[in-house]
Amino acid sequence: MSQSAAPVLEARQISKRFPGVVALDGVSLALLPGEVHALVGENGAGKSTLIKVFTGVHRPDGGELIYNGSPTAFGTPLDAQRAGISTIYQEVNLVPMMSVARNLMLGREPRGRLGVIDTARMYGEAERILAGYGVVTDVRRPLRTLGMGVQQMVALARAVAIDARVVIMDEPTSSLEPREVETLFSVIRKLKDDGIAVVYVSHRLDELYEVCDRVTVLRDGRVAHTGPLAELERLKLIALMLGRDLDEVRTGGLTRFSRDRRQARDRDGAQPAVRAEGLTRRQVLRGVDVSVWPGEVVGLGGLLGAGRSETAKGIVGALPLDAGRVVVAGRPLRTGSTTAAIRAGVSLLPEDRKAEGIIPALSVRENIALAALPSLSRAGVVSDAKIDKIVDVFMRRLRIKAASPDQPVQELSGGNQQKVLLARWLAIRPKILLLDEPTRGIDVGAKAEVQALVDELAEEGLGVLLISSDLEELVEGADRILVLREGEVVGELSGDDVTEDKIMASIAERGAESDG
Amino acid sequence: MAEAVAPPGRRVLAWAQEYGVYAAVGVLLLFNVLFTPHFLDVANFRTQLVQVAPIVIVSLGMALVIGTQGIDLSVGSVMSLAAALVALYLGYGAWPALLVALAGGAVAGTAGGALVAYVGVQPIVATLALLVGVRGLANVLVPQLVEFRNPDLIALGSASLSGVPVIVVIAAVLTLLMAFLVRRTTFGRQVVAIGGNRAASELSGLPVRRVLLLVYVISGVLAALAGVLATARLQASDPTSLGLFIELSAITAVVVGGTPLSGGRIRVLSTVMGALLMQLLSATLIKHNLPQSWTQIVQAVIILAAVYATRERGTR
Ligand SMILES: Nc1ncnc2c1ncn2[C@@H]1O[C@H](COP(=O)(O)OP(=O)(O)OP(=O)(O)O)[C@@H](O)[C@H]1O
Ligand SMILES: [Mg+2]
Repeated sequence: MSQSAAPVLEARQISKRFPGVVALDGVSLALLPGEVHALVGENGAGKSTLIKVFTGVHRPDGGELIYNGSPTAFGTPLDAQRAGISTIYQEVNLVPMMSVARNLMLGREPRGRLGVIDTARMYGEAERILAGYGVVTDVRRPLRTLGMGVQQMVALARAVAIDARVVIMDEPTSSLEPREVETLFSVIRKLKDDGIAVVYVSHRLDELYEVCDRVTVLRDGRVAHTGPLAELERLKLIALMLGRDLDEVRTGGLTRFSRDRRQARDRDGAQPAVRAEGLTRRQVLRGVDVSVWPGEVVGLGGLLGAGRSETAKGIVGALPLDAGRVVVAGRPLRTGSTTAAIRAGVSLLPEDRKAEGIIPALSVRENIALAALPSLSRAGVVSDAKIDKIVDVFMRRLRIKAASPDQPVQELSGGNQQKVLLARWLAIRPKILLLDEPTRGIDVGAKAEVQALVDELAEEGLGVLLISSDLEELVEGADRILVLREGEVVGELSGDDVTEDKIMASIAERGAESDG
Repeated sequence: MAEAVAPPGRRVLAWAQEYGVYAAVGVLLLFNVLFTPHFLDVANFRTQLVQVAPIVIVSLGMALVIGTQGIDLSVGSVMSLAAALVALYLGYGAWPALLVALAGGAVAGTAGGALVAYVGVQPIVATLALLVGVRGLANVLVPQLVEFRNPDLIALGSASLSGVPVIVVIAAVLTLLMAFLVRRTTFGRQVVAIGGNRAASELSGLPVRRVLLLVYVISGVLAALAGVLATARLQASDPTSLGLFIELSAITAVVVGGTPLSGGRIRVLSTVMGALLMQLLSATLIKHNLPQSWTQIVQAVIILAAVYATRERGTR
């Protein structure tokens, strides 16, 4: 990248206030052509807000935007896109009911004579484009039937296909597997070579160091630091984000999963907390068996589309099954009923927080209390006192940043929404918790807290099924790992075998066989 | 387009969203006090309120249904069914007849609710089928207008409790009950959550289907009650025309009250205000001798204004 080049996009002293919060307070940032610029900060620091100011979603309350050397104010995201700023937002915002191909080609569908969309060509082209990203899928299917990871890849392919001078990515890897992340990085490197400026937001520090040239750290809506990334020590970066002393971070540490891995315990006589047998669903699951003992954290490994989320959904009854049964503490569970599962103490934190998690217009308070309502009410009348107490406990414990408990949850930053969902599940004191990407979009500090919390609960006897696209998290958190591939359990690792390499090997080995 | 900020405009819109109906009702009242002769007469007030009471009762159920992203087009037909059942069973006394009519409303609601919640039919289609079918049934049961002389039933329609018509008292009590239901009970919270995000509600273990079914049953029972009250006031059962187009008035009241059709939010008191506003509006225009077509045009303008104000709140 040429340092001397003029910035392609520049924010000067941008301010943005929302009722009760100052999201951005005099933020300046210059984006040079051909650079990958990391934008980091705690949950709620203002990253997504800054991006939305760049793209015309929000209008700043103060300051100005300079694009290509002249002051600009985009009226709508479409204006920004037409001007050459292409964005992948934090919450995938494609059209869930439309086909993958339509989503990918929206607005530039190949047309035949009479201007009618040439669907055959559209499908062919969509398939070809996606194959280039290592995604093989039926492009005719509605987008919402695909996992979050694939949806993110579609969003990426769409963003890059648009002729852009600036590409902005807000946590593009939060649902991606290592393999997809690699694909993404090669795309980013290519963009860079073409002289396109990239803004990259992520809470995964490894990734930043791998692709980013410079970094801007936001803290509470202000710029805490800007500079080249390579010369910034990792702990220093964390300290800047959290606003703590370097020494404090070094010693106080970022406790992650701290427990010693339990060896396969003596299970004679004891019952698993949950045992799923032969979970089967056409084209998705092919006879998956999973057991979780009380106090155990079982990880599910595998690539995108291996059936991990589906397994979790099958267990709680959110995915209709063709065959299989679930036994909780010795008692078979009524199939196909999440209500029954939750009453039996099994609950699922879903991976897609926008579509399946938050109730956007309801307050933080109502969202946290939602699942626990029956226990927070008497004779069907809710008790505000009890709700306030629980909400207060979890907002403090998970450090949920909101203007007040009555703020609509849709106004929270992505990471804080995730914390609200965690609180919803912890509030019902489940016996078995299925966590699908529990730390998705959560900042480093909070991530450690969440992991510590999971640990603590497991110590108290909670059984946990952990799904994570972050291999490191899986390895550190799980006592035992089941590797899935194409809807089947193809391997089990426990004790000292739980390492990133062994998981990768297990996935690959079977892969080689069946690709054979 | 480069202007820096325009929060005043937004604040006005937000305010209009919250309190617009109340303000509009206030303005209209003031206008009438100043310019409409005899407006402050007790008799006039009573007439207005008695006329609007059945609409209010139906709107309460409608607000609940709309809160779940649904709609209930069958309310008018359920009113006519209730009128028919009351006439048929009046021989057993007013109260048994009332109960049978309410049960009829519950059955119709169960049918609609079951189609929506368990079969997965779209609310507009399911209740449209009922709109046609139930009125047909009512007409078969009681083909022509039937007058009656049961004193209890007539009293229900025309008696007063310390000066306030019983019908109005009932509507007021139901309004308070509904507000309590929505704000203070688990059921109410679940209704709103389901309207806000059904998939998330299911994963949170809410009994989604049961709640949806119950919502339509409540709407059916309320419509049936409105049908009985309207019949009592008419002192005649008229299934052919009773409740015709009331679903439109109810939906209008809900929308004008600021409850979004996209679900996830229910405003009970504002819905009642919405019904009052529309009533007051047509009364005002009639009193000032404007033709009916004018009333309709003004109503249309108000509906559009309400829809504009409740449009999904912009994020900018
Ligand atoms: N539409 C909105 N209305 C009110 N407050 C908002 C809105 N959008 C964002 N905020 C607030 O602005 C602050 C910054 O949020 P932002 O989404 O920019 O954080 P972020 O840095 O992207 O965090 P994360 O890492 O969790 O995604 C937060 O306190 C958030 O609650
Ligand atoms: Mg964000």
